[in-house]
Amino acid sequence: MSISGTVKAGAMIEIEDVSKNFVLHNQGGAVIPVMAGASLSVGRGECVALTGASGAGKSTLMRMIYGNYLAASGRIVVGGVDVARAEPREILALRRETLGYVSQFLRVVPRVPTREVVAEPLLAVGVERGIAMARAEELLGRLNIPEGLWGLSPTTFSGGEQQRVNIARGFAHGYPAMLLDEPTASLDAANRETVLRLIEEAKMRGAAIVGIFHDEAARARVCDREIDVSVFTPKAA
Amino acid sequence: MTPLLQVRDVAKFYGPRVGCRDVSFDLYPGEVMGIVGESGSGKSTLLGCLAGHLAPDAGEVIFDTAVDGPRDTLMMSEPERRMLGRTDWAFVHQHARDGLRMGVSAGGNVGERLMAVGARHYGEIRSSAIDWLGRVEIAEDRVDDRPTAFSGGMQQRLQIARNLVTGPRLVFMDEPTGGLDVSVQARLLDLLRGLVREMGLSAIIVTHDLAVVRLLADRLMVMKDGHVVETGLTDQVLDDPQHGYTQLLVSSVLQV
Repeated sequence: MSISGTVKAGAMIEIEDVSKNFVLHNQGGAVIPVMAGASLSVGRGECVALTGASGAGKSTLMRMIYGNYLAASGRIVVGGVDVARAEPREILALRRETLGYVSQFLRVVPRVPTREVVAEPLLAVGVERGIAMARAEELLGRLNIPEGLWGLSPTTFSGGEQQRVNIARGFAHGYPAMLLDEPTASLDAANRETVLRLIEEAKMRGAAIVGIFHDEAARARVCDREIDVSVFTPKAA
Repeated sequence: MTPLLQVRDVAKFYGPRVGCRDVSFDLYPGEVMGIVGESGSGKSTLLGCLAGHLAPDAGEVIFDTAVDGPRDTLMMSEPERRMLGRTDWAFVHQHARDGLRMGVSAGGNVGERLMAVGARHYGEIRSSAIDWLGRVEIAEDRVDDRPTAFSGGMQQRLQIARNLVTGPRLVFMDEPTGGLDVSVQARLLDLLRGLVREMGLSAIIVTHDLAVVRLLADRLMVMKDGHVVETGLTDQVLDDPQHGYTQLLVSSVLQV
């Protein structure tokens, strides 16, 4: 897919007039419009915070950018690929190479050791095993995961440890575009500082970032702009 | 990129009843597709038609053969299709007994597939068999035991070794984790996931277990009453299902 002429120079994530409805077929076909006319552009090295009350659609918009939710209309172009229309294999390639997503919870595959969980995104883009493992260990160290746990599956780790493993995994590969869902939630001061540094480093290498931050001080420090998604909430008919 | 498999308007009827109809899709190299639906939805019929176990009443199943490029497998002669089944294709049955020779040793089960494609050197066949048993986590000292002496999970892993030893490009799987304990399932899924990735396999997995497809499949096809009702990226179909039947299927899963 080619980059559309309307994409601004440097825009890595370009959202244009996106709408979303949920149709509940098993509840009388109820149609719930949750978003209309959403537009947003994020350039390289820029971090944009999504704000708005709970239920305003911050997560819905992030999930649509990731291709996890289907947009009803509009365009969502990330690195030249229109996620709203792309084939599954194109979206998977985009997620592998270009678009990272740090969700709040680690979805663990049983039996895979922590070191491998973190190195996996690097191995998936063909980074040599030794280099991938070294990078994984560096991140686990920075996020204060005790070395004794690196060879174990994170399945049995505490919630906080799983969250930090998830962050290490999300930052292992230098994605040109990233989605961050409350990356500093419930972290202690030292780990919060590490995560903010990781975000700053990602911006420095040119990553375009869209994030949800309830932590206002963190938002003020790393975000260049805020978008209140409630302006995209469809007006009640 | 040429699709590895191109399926066009495949239909199969059982008398007046529809087994499956109007099924079309392209599968690309390295892609894993899950087919889900309740029993009777036509998913196993479809798999049988694709793998050459059932003769469809209509449609084309075009496979990109290593030697001659894309060919309609339904127009091939029986010996040609059988050879394809031994070299480029593999089929993992739900019941390991259907895919294994129960009277032959574990090593023999794996070695037999190699001999079917021309391997003749005993030492090499045996060492290759032992290597594959190791990859599916069956200890070397079990190589001369018959599968009848194996647990259900071990039998299933042996069936996988037997199928993958010849380096197929496309694997059909029919409920590969059905009937196994959850702990055994997790181990098997992890194994399959690793093998699919390492070998760059394409696979079509039929299952009614949504957790299995979430873990293994890149994309999903949802079937009901012999028809495809929804297709898409696996996590998108499961997290934001569009069709009423898929919504029902997803919301019916018991949470643990």
